[in-house]
Amino acid sequence: MMKPLLLWSDSLILLLLAALAALLWLARHNEALRGHWRQVMRSRVGRVTALILSLYIGIGLLDSAHYVERLPAAPGQPAPFSGEVRSALDWLLTPIRVSVEKTYSAPLAERLYAKESVMGPDGVERRDYPRLLHPGAHWFGTDKVGQDVLYLSLKSIRTGLLIGSLTTLVMLPFALGLGISAGYFGGRVDDIIQYLYTTLNSIPGVLLIAAAVLVVQVQIEAHAELFNTAAARSDVRLLALCGILGVTGWTGLARLLRAESLKLRELEFVLAARAFGVGHGRILLRHLLPNVMHLVLITVVLDFSGLVLAEAVLSYVGVGVDPGMISFGNMINGARLELAREPVVWWQLAASFLFMFVLVLAANLFADQVRVALDPKSRGRA
Amino acid sequence: MNGLVVENLRIEIPVSGRTLVPVDGVSFRVGTNECVALLGESGCGKSMTALALMRLLPEGARIATGHVRLAEEELFALPEAAMVAVRGGRLAMIFQEPQSSLNPVMTVAGQIAEALAAHLGLQGAAAQAETVRLLEAVGLTRGHITAYPFQLSGGQRQRALIAMMLAGEPELLIADEPTTALDVTVQAQILALLRSLQRQRGMGLLLITHDLDVARDMADRVAVMYAGQIVEWASRDRLYSTPSHPYTQKLFAVLPRLERRGQRLDSLPGRVPPPDSVFTGCRFAERCPAAFGRCHEEIPAFQEAAPGHYVRCHLATSGEPRGASGERQVASGEPRVASGERQVASGEPRVASGETILEVLDLTVHFPIRRGLFRRTVGSFKAVDGVSLSLQAGETLALVGESGCGKSTLARAILRLIEPTGGSVAVAGEALAGLNGEALRRKRAEMQIVFQDPYASLNPRMRIGDILEEGMAALLPLAAAPRRARVKALLDQVGLPLDAAGRYPHEFSGGQRQRIAIARALAVQPKLLILDEPTSALDVSVQAQILDLLADLQEAHGLAYLFITHNLPVVAYLAQRVAVMRAGRIVEEGPVEQILTAPRHEYTRLLLDSAPGHCAPDEP
Repeated sequence: MMKPLLLWSDSLILLLLAALAALLWLARHNEALRGHWRQVMRSRVGRVTALILSLYIGIGLLDSAHYVERLPAAPGQPAPFSGEVRSALDWLLTPIRVSVEKTYSAPLAERLYAKESVMGPDGVERRDYPRLLHPGAHWFGTDKVGQDVLYLSLKSIRTGLLIGSLTTLVMLPFALGLGISAGYFGGRVDDIIQYLYTTLNSIPGVLLIAAAVLVVQVQIEAHAELFNTAAARSDVRLLALCGILGVTGWTGLARLLRAESLKLRELEFVLAARAFGVGHGRILLRHLLPNVMHLVLITVVLDFSGLVLAEAVLSYVGVGVDPGMISFGNMINGARLELAREPVVWWQLAASFLFMFVLVLAANLFADQVRVALDPKSRGRA
Repeated sequence: MNGLVVENLRIEIPVSGRTLVPVDGVSFRVGTNECVALLGESGCGKSMTALALMRLLPEGARIATGHVRLAEEELFALPEAAMVAVRGGRLAMIFQEPQSSLNPVMTVAGQIAEALAAHLGLQGAAAQAETVRLLEAVGLTRGHITAYPFQLSGGQRQRALIAMMLAGEPELLIADEPTTALDVTVQAQILALLRSLQRQRGMGLLLITHDLDVARDMADRVAVMYAGQIVEWASRDRLYSTPSHPYTQKLFAVLPRLERRGQRLDSLPGRVPPPDSVFTGCRFAERCPAAFGRCHEEIPAFQEAAPGHYVRCHLATSGEPRGASGERQVASGEPRVASGERQVASGEPRVASGETILEVLDLTVHFPIRRGLFRRTVGSFKAVDGVSLSLQAGETLALVGESGCGKSTLARAILRLIEPTGGSVAVAGEALAGLNGEALRRKRAEMQIVFQDPYASLNPRMRIGDILEEGMAALLPLAAAPRRARVKALLDQVGLPLDAAGRYPHEFSGGQRQRIAIARALAVQPKLLILDEPTSALDVSVQAQILDLLADLQEAHGLAYLFITHNLPVVAYLAQRVAVMRAGRIVEEGPVEQILTAPRHEYTRLLLDSAPGHCAPDEP
């Protein structure tokens, strides 16, 4: 027996999916957009990266279908629900999730990575590497408490995607709106926006984030009844982190867009539109935005990897995601001590590196294909 | 043989399986103390040729065959280390854009001294003295020795660049469109300077230009290039009196002139063949009015039509009277039968209908100059300083002036794209000053503008159809279907194919883009069209097409044109009245014949005298 559970981030993801579906539905007859899409899919790079990205997204979505299990009922009482929140991904990965070892073991190893006193077949106690409970089953080894690293890596995908996409979603409206307006309108508007991002930039980012996360933590404590499970608590903390990263992270892109818009607004097609009495909003939307989209795309994709790494840095300072949450940041943070021990435990870092590397590389290449498809000049070029 | 000899130069650019040949079999020579002009429209390969001489071809392009000899020394055989000494030393080159040819963080004197150190090994006081000598030779003063490029005007920068190139005491100076970015008056000075330097120093000068008049003023001999080949090679006097290649004849025929007022300009249909074409016949055959069967089948040889006059044309030596007379008719610039429709109006200005479309009274635009920490206004720059104009329906008023005189600011202020500081503008009898919001928006349908740069004036991310519909959507109460029908009508009107609506701007050439820009302005049915240098970025043959189109549209719709330009022949051809603008003020205004033949203001006289094409080369 199980009961579905909707964490805050799950509802956000559902909302996002619904919006995306609605957009696709509205754009289904738009020949131009379909043409762009077809062009992306025509290239091999486009197809392969799209496949990789949808695999990652699929894993992330599976990991977002949360539920709690019903525990065996005590006689005469309604059966209580477990405090442990699981997801569809957990259910699928049950074999490797439950095959827990005692502590570290190397990838595909038969024996544990640390010596222990084991009883030999002859009844003599010796110091030796004991056999694993599941020899050869851990492709990426196990971590300090014996959890499978492959399982951890797959679980980290949702956290990474969430941080990357939610932060971008929070950051984009600021960067686009403020950056383009500053460049286009100039004068007072430009002064105010520049003042804003200069001020924001001059405050050390980590300090700002630490303060915000601490405030959120106090709020969580104050409303403990709202967040009754550990999963709910770390979930809210993750969302808060995305929010604060987004609110502080728009300045770089905004500055780029301001400079580009400053250049574009002097171009004659903008003047021609003004001579037609086209409103400012329309000019921003139809003339400036499409002409800065390539910058946005490149910056967002490059920032994406930066954000996942920022999470690692923040976890190191102790203000990142909840320490109990499985994330690339926490894995990398843990690897700090593992690399310092002798013999070195390298597979946790290697696994998180590999998974992030594939994700970021695929996103970069895919974005490149999209950019080429959107650029009218590249049309018809082999 | 002294001087520079180029033989059979062929440049190839391999691009994904194909080979582009921007220059194919070019041969010419520049004697010592001789000026040769390489004349041609954009894309004909003239700049590529120059770069190949310097062995400075861009990445990917290579010299396939050919020899270049400078005073009997084979340049293509030199090792790169030896070529470095030749480049800037015996063979120097100046470029079109003086702004980007000088290093902005070094003084010009420092850059000249650098060249002196590299080529003559001069250091310290000797270099200093030589720098001053060179500065003075190009008409700059000792005081400019500490100047940075940004402190100099465009003309002074070009002078500094010339001084730099003279530092190596070159045997041959290559000048690639040296005056295209400059104003007429400055152009005249720079050309005069180049000419006198060439005479004094006895160097060869290879002048690359698209301007027939500049070539006529400067050159001893002229090579006309078309599609990567030299099609005609003759002494200047011979070329300008009896042009023999149909392309050269066409180039002369498409030039706007005072004498051609009211006539249709001859047009040169089609486009230059792309550099990857394979030719079975003459490269010009597709566009040639005198082409016959043989032109499509046999590649014409470069043959001597008269002593020293070489022409790449089958008609040149065949001596058939049919061909010769056919050519001469084209060359004489007489209106052809096909152009009969506007002959009626020939000679007399098109009649204005009398309704005043534009009335500008005492218009001023001042830009505040702000200084200091708190950006206090310490003064104002008077870009437009009390200008009054009036323009009637069906009339063309030309606004002539050099860069920075405020003519573009005036245009923008009339349209209220910039808020005027004072004065009044009335379009079709209604003052613009008090209008706001919806009323101003509706008024905008009556006045439109076409800009200079056909590349910057169309949004690269919008389809042509959307570009044309934008103004209609904003200003005309039309539903989507009639709007699309109107887009088709507009494309037809400006002579573009109907399928253009679904394509993006980059697929069109400069001339086609300018047609699109004109169609966009016409879409909202304006009464006043401001043309801000609409042809100055175009080749002469394309310019003729656009001017013809503008004249046709004016006749069909009774449009009033405010034609902003610095090109006097265009003014002479198109306008009825001329206003000459200088430093924000109109210094002289009147009918075009009077202004161009009997100017009263000294500035107008200076402008007219500076225009190339009428001063004999022997004048200083």
